Amino acid sequence: MQQIVGRARAAFNSGRCRSLEFRMQQLKAVERMVREKEKDILAAIKADLHKSGVNAYSHEILTVLRELALAMDKLPSWAAPQPVEKNLLTMRDEAYICREPLGVVLIIGAWNYPFVLVMQPLIGAIAAGNAVVVKPSEMSENVAQLVADLLPQYIDRELYPVVTGGVPETTELLKQRFDHILYTGNSAVGKIVMAAAAKHLTPVTLELGGKSPCYIDKDCDLAVACRRITWGKYMNCGQTCIAPDYVLCDPSIQSKVVENIKATLQEFYGEDVKSSPDYERIINRRHFKRILGLLEGQKIAYGGETDEASCFIAPTVLTDVSPESKVMEEEIFGPVLPILTVRSVDEAIEFINHREKPLALYVFSNNKKLIKRVISETSSGGVTGNDVIMHFFLSTLPFGGVGNSGVGAYHGKHTFETFSHRRSCLIKDLKMEGANKLRYPPGSQKKVDWAKFFLLKRFNKGQIGLVILALLGIVAAVLIKNHQSLLKRKALLIVLAVQRLGWLSVW
Amino acid sequence: NPYAGLVNHLRTAWLSGKTRPMEYRVAQLEAVGRFLDEKKEDILEATALDMGKPSFEAYFTEILLCKNELNNTLNNLSHWMKDENVDKNLVTQLDSAFIRKDPYGVVLIIAPWNYPIHLFLVPLIGAIAAGNCVVVKPSETAKSTERLVAEMLSCYLDNVRSSPCPCPWPWPRAVVFPTLPCTHQHHTIPGFRCCCTSFRHAQPVSTCPPARDAVGTCDVHSVARRVAWGLFFNAGQTCIAPDYVLCSLEMQEKLMPALREAITEFFGSNPQESPDFGRIVGDKQFRRIRALLCSGRVAIGGQTDEKERYIAPTVLADVLPSDPAMQEEIFGPILPIVVVANMDEAIDFINARPQPLVIYAFSCDSKVVNQVLERTSSGGFCGNDTLMHVTLTSLPFGGIGNSGLGKYHSKFTFDTFTHHRGCLHRNMGLEALNTLRYPPYSQQKLGLLTATCEIKRKGMCTLL
Repeated sequence: MQQIVGRARAAFNSGRCRSLEFRMQQLKAVERMVREKEKDILAAIKADLHKSGVNAYSHEILTVLRELALAMDKLPSWAAPQPVEKNLLTMRDEAYICREPLGVVLIIGAWNYPFVLVMQPLIGAIAAGNAVVVKPSEMSENVAQLVADLLPQYIDRELYPVVTGGVPETTELLKQRFDHILYTGNSAVGKIVMAAAAKHLTPVTLELGGKSPCYIDKDCDLAVACRRITWGKYMNCGQTCIAPDYVLCDPSIQSKVVENIKATLQEFYGEDVKSSPDYERIINRRHFKRILGLLEGQKIAYGGETDEASCFIAPTVLTDVSPESKVMEEEIFGPVLPILTVRSVDEAIEFINHREKPLALYVFSNNKKLIKRVISETSSGGVTGNDVIMHFFLSTLPFGGVGNSGVGAYHGKHTFETFSHRRSCLIKDLKMEGANKLRYPPGSQKKVDWAKFFLLKRFNKGQIGLVILALLGIVAAVLIKNHQSLLKRKALLIVLAVQRLGWLSVW
Repeated sequence: NPYAGLVNHLRTAWLSGKTRPMEYRVAQLEAVGRFLDEKKEDILEATALDMGKPSFEAYFTEILLCKNELNNTLNNLSHWMKDENVDKNLVTQLDSAFIRKDPYGVVLIIAPWNYPIHLFLVPLIGAIAAGNCVVVKPSETAKSTERLVAEMLSCYLDNVRSSPCPCPWPWPRAVVFPTLPCTHQHHTIPGFRCCCTSFRHAQPVSTCPPARDAVGTCDVHSVARRVAWGLFFNAGQTCIAPDYVLCSLEMQEKLMPALREAITEFFGSNPQESPDFGRIVGDKQFRRIRALLCSGRVAIGGQTDEKERYIAPTVLADVLPSDPAMQEEIFGPILPIVVVANMDEAIDFINARPQPLVIYAFSCDSKVVNQVLERTSSGGFCGNDTLMHVTLTSLPFGGIGNSGLGKYHSKFTFDTFTHHRGCLHRNMGLEALNTLRYPPYSQQKLGLLTATCEIKRKGMCTLL
């Protein structure tokens, strides 16, 4: 590991990844890779997650292509130095913020969207000019191997090495020093990553998870709401970090919610879910058993069929779930949707606030004021109102968690910012040294008063404008008085010229 | 854990939501302003007692710069708090997409002793402006200021939100501060310790342990004056003080008399008698800095007085990279000069060491300054002067790598203590459009979906 990271650092120090042309070239190569090897990528995702090609394309490849297009378009403007507002003291100087690469960064991917969760940060990290060590998740073996095989064929293999392996390899990797670590996964491992990063004072971005609540108001179009929730919940067999984890609603609409979800499921996957090509499987036996354990003692309103051999769990809905039950303790990350009843939106808000801050929060209601209230009185990584998951697809919104659900954010420009150092630069002149006497010792009250004048920012631009205008007026009056005869002569000449040119007649 | 009760109390206050409305935040910030106005004399006295800080310096950094931050924050608070609308794509054209600025909750600010009011008050202003509850831990090394803050600040601020609690190192074990971003400014090792504690609970941390740097060439008198000012301010106990100078042998010869002249101009012939030169804060720090005097050759100054904790403004010439003064941040009124052959050697020297908090480059040739800027990495950069970049509140202040994590000052403080929450508020209608994304999937649906979602490179023919 030391050698791999050492080589990447030497390659970074050589300076070749700093030029914008180099970064664009690498991004273009990534785009070629994604387009040329599309079939291989889809096949690998299918092998790992039983995901249909069409599904995999829209979930993973589309997002990667969008990020690439955005990065390549905006890179010059993102990387340009940003001039900042100056004060009176620095009026004559150059003051700007420079965005510089951090150095060697580490991206640790997750298995649930194995391709996009490694490629999307990689694109931003390359755009920001860093060297990147990529560590895809070992649980999605086929995609990990594919990434390890493909990346060196298209982009600089010293600057962007891929490391495969499991816990022992990752532990070794974390002992090395990086300039930023982006980790996608669960909170427990997130803490380990952060502790390892602390030893080198390495900043981290942690994309973790949590139980994303979904509140359904009585006043809302239930058919539409349930269809959208069903889509978001059961895509990728519930293995999405921002899937609606559980539903909060009034007891009077609970049965209608179940009915609507049932109807939608049949619409999506047909009568026999197991044979639908659009329904995925649980990633492995361990998670299968874990999710099965959550179903114990619960009232299954719909679904519940399982098949261990193929790691299949049918889309399942639980009703009248108690807040103390096991299924409400950890993030479900599976196709099981518990419904809890609450009497009012106040109870729902209190329920949400007494738990760890989730990665996403969903509210369904026709009443805009209610949605705004829920957003204002709760905290979460992100929010989608009247839908689920969609805030992920808008790259102008920062995507990340807060509290237990994560640290930092990325997507679009935010990835570029995450992997950049904003360096403040103030370039002064060696002249005008006289002005500096104000700050040098020996000190005096007069100097302090002048310092106050120059630094305190209560200057109203309007007031200065008026003062300058008044001064100009005085100057103009003096000039006119002194040069009356000259000015009169000039004015006469101008009038004559205008008359000659016939403009006066036009008037 | 003696602080569990305090933090729980704050957390309850946080959950009640009282710190969130703008009126509350403005009221608290105005109270901070009144604290600075009414207790000005007490602050100047306390800092003078703690480290002999000249009242000019104390007024400038502890009162003036803080008021600057305060006024800037109050002027712009409503604008910063607003939801930030973002660009939308085709699919979300009819929706409302914005970034909501949410406070985090309960935050912790740990301050060091060298600018004891400024370095906790500036983050405090941003944290209050962002709507958080704040635990303030002033430094125990600056005893008088610590007492002043503990006794007087709580008369101005809502007691529930700001509870300074003086306590000695070592940090009590099992410090449980769940979900806290925290800013800590101190030497690297306690920085680690703090990071390790907070990292155990997975929080974002903003630290700026100090670091070292300075480069010099050209117009000698201005350079000497600016470097001397930056260096001897607060008797060298500034995290962004120029730590060492890199220059050519001829420049060292020219710089020496110029520095001597500047020191005499500022402090007179006997700096120990000047009211404008500070003292070292404590005996331990005094002994540590005195030990560094054996590096190189003492060209100017070098006198010390243990009783007063006075170290004269000192310049060391011909210092070697292996000398003790070059092994750690000096944080005292000693300036080692290291001779290098040319600019490339200087840049290599800087790059071989951990990234510093700031780099200074002096030259009449702006190309040279830009070269240094481009080929090095540091928290901040100032060309042809020292310290001034921190007076500009529109520049972010922070380190990189070993010199720190995160940034603050003015809007950046507000952003540090704010969670930028991505919000998408969709339309319940037009459900028909959504069928594109629902199963059963088909190639046709995918084609249409791609057309609506994709971002195309500019320059490609949009007619096709």
